[in-house]
Amino acid sequence: MSQRLDVVFGALADPTRRQILERLTEGDASVAQLSAPFHVSQPAISRHLRVLEAAGLISRWRRATARYSHLEAEPMREATKWLAAYSAYWEESYDRLDELLDSLKSDEPT
Amino acid sequence: MPKTEIIAEPGVPQVLITREFDAPRDLVFRAHLDPELLARWLGPRRLTMFVERYEPQDGGTYRFINRDEDGAEYAFHGVFHGRPTPDGTVRTFEFEGAPGHVSLETLTLEEHEGRTTLRANAVYQSVEDRDAMVRSDMEQGVNEGYDKLDELLAGLQRKAA
Repeated sequence: MSQRLDVVFGALADPTRRQILERLTEGDASVAQLSAPFHVSQPAISRHLRVLEAAGLISRWRRATARYSHLEAEPMREATKWLAAYSAYWEESYDRLDELLDSLKSDEPT
Repeated sequence: MPKTEIIAEPGVPQVLITREFDAPRDLVFRAHLDPELLARWLGPRRLTMFVERYEPQDGGTYRFINRDEDGAEYAFHGVFHGRPTPDGTVRTFEFEGAPGHVSLETLTLEEHEGRTTLRANAVYQSVEDRDAMVRSDMEQGVNEGYDKLDELLAGLQRKAA
C-alpha cells in the first residue's frame, strides 16, 4: 500500500499532470486533445500519461489510431486525502504561528 | 491556494516543507525555541499540546504530548544536535506510537525584506517510514479540511463516471 501511495504522490506532484487529471474529469480525451491546451509536445504529454497510468490514476483505451485516457478517481481520492490531511496539519499550525507572530510583533518596542 | 508547500517525492525518504512568514526571522526562531510559544501554535486547535520537556541546546532533549478530545495521547520526543540557530536547527524526531522509526529534522530560516522563509527537511530511515508519518498525521488529522476535500473528490468522481 505504501509503495502504491508513493507512486500516486509522484504522479500528483507535477502541475501538468494535475491539469491533465482535471481535464479528464470532463471526459475521456486523446493525446492530441490533451496536448492542445499546453504548449507541450505530444511525446511529452505521453510521458506524463505513462506516469499517471503507472499510478493507476488513468486507464487507457484505443479507437482507430487514437489513444484515449480515462480518469480513475479512486486512487487519487485515497492519496490526495492523506497528503491533504498532512498538509492540513502544517497549514493549521503555521496559520496559528502567523497569529502568534502578529501578536508578538505588536508587543515589540518600536 | 495553500501557503505551505509540502514536497514528498516518490522513492525519496524525505519531506520538504516551505512556508513564508510576515515577520523577522528572530521572531520566527523565538516561536520555535520558546516552549511556551511553541505550545501556542504547533498542531491543530482541536488537539491540546503539552510540552513536557524542551531543551533547545546541543544534546538537549524534548518531549511533546498531543491530546485529543477523547483523551487519546500522541507523544513525540528527540534530541537536538549542535547549537540551534536560525541558520540551522537539527534534531531527531520519534513518534512514540511507532518506536524505532526515527527521523532527522533540519530547520532553516532565511530573512528577506522583513519576511522569513522557513524550510524544514525531515529525512526518514525508509520510504515506508516517510509514508507512515504522512498517514499518522492523518489519524490525528484535521477533519474540516478533510471533509471538504472528500466532497470535492466525490464530485470529481461523479463527473468522471
